[in-house]
Amino acid sequence: MHAPDGFLQPSVALVTAILSIGVLALGLRHAGRELGDRQVPLAGVAAAFIFAAQMVNFPVAAGTTGHLLGGALAVVLLGPWVGMLVVSVVVIVQALLFADGGLTALGYNTLNMAIVTAFGGWAAFLLVRKVMPRTSGGVIGAGALAAGVSVVLSAAAFSIEWLFGASAPVAFDTVFGAMVGVHVLIGVGEAVLTGLVLSAVMASRPDLVIGANHLTSDELAVRSRVGMRPFLIGSVLAAVVVGVVISQFAASSPDGLERVAIDNGFAESATDHAFGSSLFSDYATAGVSNESLSLAVAGVAGIAVTLLVGGGVLSASRSVRRRQMV
Amino acid sequence: MSGAHGSTVSRIFIPGDSQIHRLSPETKLVAVVAAVIVMAVTPRHEVVAFALDAVGAWSVIALSGIGVRTYLKRLAVIIPFILFAVIVPFLSGGESVQVVGVSLSVDGLWATWNILVKAGLGATMSIALSATTPVAELLHGMTRLRVPRLLVAIIAFMLRYIDVLVEQLGRMRRSMVARGHDPRWLWQIKPIASSAGALFVRSYERGERVHQAMLARGYSGVMPVVNDRHASTREWLSVMAYPFMFAVVLVVVV
Repeated sequence: MHAPDGFLQPSVALVTAILSIGVLALGLRHAGRELGDRQVPLAGVAAAFIFAAQMVNFPVAAGTTGHLLGGALAVVLLGPWVGMLVVSVVVIVQALLFADGGLTALGYNTLNMAIVTAFGGWAAFLLVRKVMPRTSGGVIGAGALAAGVSVVLSAAAFSIEWLFGASAPVAFDTVFGAMVGVHVLIGVGEAVLTGLVLSAVMASRPDLVIGANHLTSDELAVRSRVGMRPFLIGSVLAAVVVGVVISQFAASSPDGLERVAIDNGFAESATDHAFGSSLFSDYATAGVSNESLSLAVAGVAGIAVTLLVGGGVLSASRSVRRRQMV
Repeated sequence: MSGAHGSTVSRIFIPGDSQIHRLSPETKLVAVVAAVIVMAVTPRHEVVAFALDAVGAWSVIALSGIGVRTYLKRLAVIIPFILFAVIVPFLSGGESVQVVGVSLSVDGLWATWNILVKAGLGATMSIALSATTPVAELLHGMTRLRVPRLLVAIIAFMLRYIDVLVEQLGRMRRSMVARGHDPRWLWQIKPIASSAGALFVRSYERGERVHQAMLARGYSGVMPVVNDRHASTREWLSVMAYPFMFAVVLVVVV
């Protein structure tokens, strides 16, 4: 997902760059408060850790491998602001030194891979943590789920940017379905890996895990063991359910509606919608038969991403303030 | 998202004494970003403009003397997007052409060209920058361009420790392999994940130790700047000629 130069229209690149720079500036201020003067060496070494962790290949099946993305992991380990900063630094360095992701694409790459995963993941983590038992197992489970959610959110954010700044005549529906569908699967892998890495850290240094700060030492001592197989089967099942729901939403219904539209002969007029050509990229709506429905999909996805990311930013700012008062 | 990175930090910079190597880092950084922006806003149908841009970009690579093989090897990072670009004509709607009996979308083909040429040229400029500028110089250049010192310092630490951590990871992996570890399936990943967790704990503790060592040597929050040489106006003018040339190409051709 390290998009190269020219992958989205310059207008989207500019808007996302301004947004990312703003959030990074905020992050630098907040991270200072979270870490004090330890921030530079710790954040730097943590960024090196995320970079190194992305190089670890995990076997998936018969020869294929996957790797950790680490956005949600960084946030659960280091807290939302420092985590966001650390992953942003990784994305910036990959573009600057490894030509991995374009320099003009840094705005949306940082937004999708660092900011959305960090704050969306943090909000999901806080939400899930509430319903989990107050044990280290609960923190690990919440972290794993948040990791899966963060990957899907990142894919949804990219699809929404595609709606505004597509560079190819591939319809929004196709991009959304493919991106979110594939990333539901990647999300399962990310959830499993994040859960395992978290549980390894919780076993030796639970005090380093910011996401487990609320637990007392007695609660930390409770370690419910979850078997590898039930965990995997459970997460794959969950992914299948989510995948089916999304594909129903994004793919099948437009097909059904398309049929109706063709039968009634208003497919022609539907494509030339009033605001199709103004605010949204012509390309992203080019092959779409029912624009209002795919805009509804985009709208719902956009609201979900915004609510989670916004919620993450808010609760992150609040937790910093509380810690300052103590 | 991309997988293993071909080279780690110590191998990015290719020592040399070319004209491009000798330019000051901040001018190179600004020139590269400006050139990439000009390329990114060039309309996709202007094939002549892209051809001239490519000549410009490749002459920078040739002048820097980093070698065709190294250049192509580093360019390989854009391969996942080439794959995406190649399937676009099959997915796209609109007017189509017949190529060897297969119907391809005209707009889709232009989109493929657009992604390929911009990704390729953008990566070429980035490679020219990172291969001819030592990492430390690049960071000083960023500081002189008023990038927040905190951000630059974090990046500096990251770069200094990537190789250390990657080597540590390699040692952990070797010792696991020596004990008969050979995972092939998803349910065998637990030991690798545990080693990643152990790597985090070790990295964190290393960060704390490094911080204490720095405090003992008088660290006050920002790194001192050695060799604060600012680029001269003449240098700025000569380097900015490159992106300016690209911009002229854009204006003249379009």
